[in-house]
Amino acid sequence: MSDARSLSDIKSELAAQVQQVMTRYPTTRSAIMPALDLAQQKYGGVDGLTYQAVAELLDVPEIWVFEVASFYSLYDRAATGRHHIRLCTNLPCLLRGAEALMRHLQQRLAVGPGETTGDGRFTLSAVECLGACELAPVLMANRQYHGDLTAAKLDALLASLADQPAEEMS
Amino acid sequence: MSEQVLLKNIDDPNGHKIETYEASGGYQGLRIVLRDFSPDEVIEEVKSANLRGRGGAGFPTGLKWGFVPKDSPLPRYLCCNADEGEPGTFKDRILMERDPHQLIEGMVIAAYAIGCRTAYLYIRGEYHLSIDHCQQAIAAAHARGYLGANILDSDHSLEIHIHKGAGAYICGEETAMLESIEGRRGLPKLKPPFPAVAGLYDCPTVVNNVETLACLPHLFRRGGEWFASIGPDHSPGPKLFGLSGQLKRPGLYELPMGMALGEMLEVHGGGALTGKFKAAIPGGVSAPMFPRSAFDVKMDFSSLAAAGSMLGSAGVIGLDETASIPVVARRITEFFSHESCGKCTPCREGLTWAAKILRRIEAGQGQVGDVDQLEMLCGGIFGNSFCALGDGAAWALGAALKHFRPEFDALITAQSQAG
Ligand SMILES: Cc1cc2nc3c(=O)[nH]c(=O)nc-3n(C[C@H](O)[C@H](O)[C@H](O)COP(=O)(O)O)c2cc1C
Ligand code: SF4
Ligand code: FES
Repeated sequence: MSDARSLSDIKSELAAQVQQVMTRYPTTRSAIMPALDLAQQKYGGVDGLTYQAVAELLDVPEIWVFEVASFYSLYDRAATGRHHIRLCTNLPCLLRGAEALMRHLQQRLAVGPGETTGDGRFTLSAVECLGACELAPVLMANRQYHGDLTAAKLDALLASLADQPAEEMS
Repeated sequence: MSEQVLLKNIDDPNGHKIETYEASGGYQGLRIVLRDFSPDEVIEEVKSANLRGRGGAGFPTGLKWGFVPKDSPLPRYLCCNADEGEPGTFKDRILMERDPHQLIEGMVIAAYAIGCRTAYLYIRGEYHLSIDHCQQAIAAAHARGYLGANILDSDHSLEIHIHKGAGAYICGEETAMLESIEGRRGLPKLKPPFPAVAGLYDCPTVVNNVETLACLPHLFRRGGEWFASIGPDHSPGPKLFGLSGQLKRPGLYELPMGMALGEMLEVHGGGALTGKFKAAIPGGVSAPMFPRSAFDVKMDFSSLAAAGSMLGSAGVIGLDETASIPVVARRITEFFSHESCGKCTPCREGLTWAAKILRRIEAGQGQVGDVDQLEMLCGGIFGNSFCALGDGAAWALGAALKHFRPEFDALITAQSQAG
């Protein structure tokens, strides 16, 4: 999120990249998604101040930005932990044990899907097909796929992530 | 094993590099096109090769391109659909990660055919490596004169921009995808007008799947006749099948169409994980499932349509004896309900109810009449939905009820006897 930054900080930090993105499209509205994505990469999520900054940079109504931010599930509108674990629970993964793995993760992290651990280290999400069903059961930790999961592999992954800062917010 | 065309370089760790691609004949098809074909001749060649869209509907690609009005003063757009969200499908991801130049070359050829100078490549946001590799491929193609102004000294010019999706299955529906590129929520739009006439920014637009476009370089390098000679007449060309679920060797396979479903699962998929197969889904979860007794069905567009299902995205999901069909049906229905954009009532409300009833049956709280209720809901959704998401959901659930009704009834009877 944009923390202690002011609107003008955010605007000046995003301006150059947003300008660049705008050249790809005949309308400024088309640049809303890429601009939100840039903001999320920089600040780890999006919030009211981000919408206002994007709207002013693109010279579009703020509601257009909010409409988009609230429709697409990959824009984080609430604070997330340092590591975001997205476990796929769709059919091919379910058929190879995703539900048991979800229970295991919930137990180990002591949170439910959609929640963040008290120490702010992990956010756990149950997600739809990640497009990697050949690796089922599969999850995404931050930007990385991990497949052919077992409970032991999950434990090893959690241990290795616990000591790491997030590789890259996204 | 049959010849690997699309997957030729897939195991090469440098398969995504332009040097690897060029060394195996890459960008030769484009040279041939620009040297020997007019745009209309490209369309004719694709028609006679009978390339059918690999995104879901199997629509003839040349025919679709032919709908773009010739006399329109507006710019034309090409949009590549790389939103790949259909559960059971991962072919486009693997193509983009490991051999993205096939797609870039295919886009340059398609753009030439329809007179387009700006193309968008819509990649789902989770596909970080695909996005990186496509970005690199675009830069490398620019550096060699395959993209940009006056490609290979011809009159053809093209820029390709990547537009990153952000987690919405519905944006795979072509009109929703165009809305998304325009910076709006991904809600499907009424057709007609079809995108070919009024699509992106109300201009003539062609939407094609990654694999469809990736076929083009091969089709032109080796000729339409060669392409048409692979597989059955009505469904020719190299084809990718993603095998997943309860089978021993999940993975991406390039096989000619027309192979029996059972052979695909047993010979290539390595057989069931536990015991025997009970059923299989032939083309992503929108495609109605087949019980084992129907495994001789041929895996191609026309045969599957005739058998009451579809090739869809060719994501083949094996279900073995341990699979509970009510659980499978519940999960599929929850997926569609979750991804329903909410624009139309049959899909939004119908799927919410269907998922509720399925959860209750699974939890042992099913009531006599629940299965009839589900069938009625399917009937109300199918044919009354605004886009194919609702239809697909009802179609898939209907098949589970039709072929495996006793499994649902057993859960309900067990409950009513216990209670
Ligand atoms: C709900 C829904 C989701 C879809 N998802 C995809 C997708 O992820 N990728 C895709 O290529 N086509 C998808 N399609 C089909 C597209 O609307 C379109 O038909 C296709 O991209 C056309 O390309 P083709 O002619 O090359 O097959 C989807 C359709 C619907 C109704
Ligand atoms: S069928 Fe479903 S996804 Fe399609 S427009 Fe209606 S509500 Fe939206
Ligand atoms: S179902 Fe889990 S990645 Fe596709």
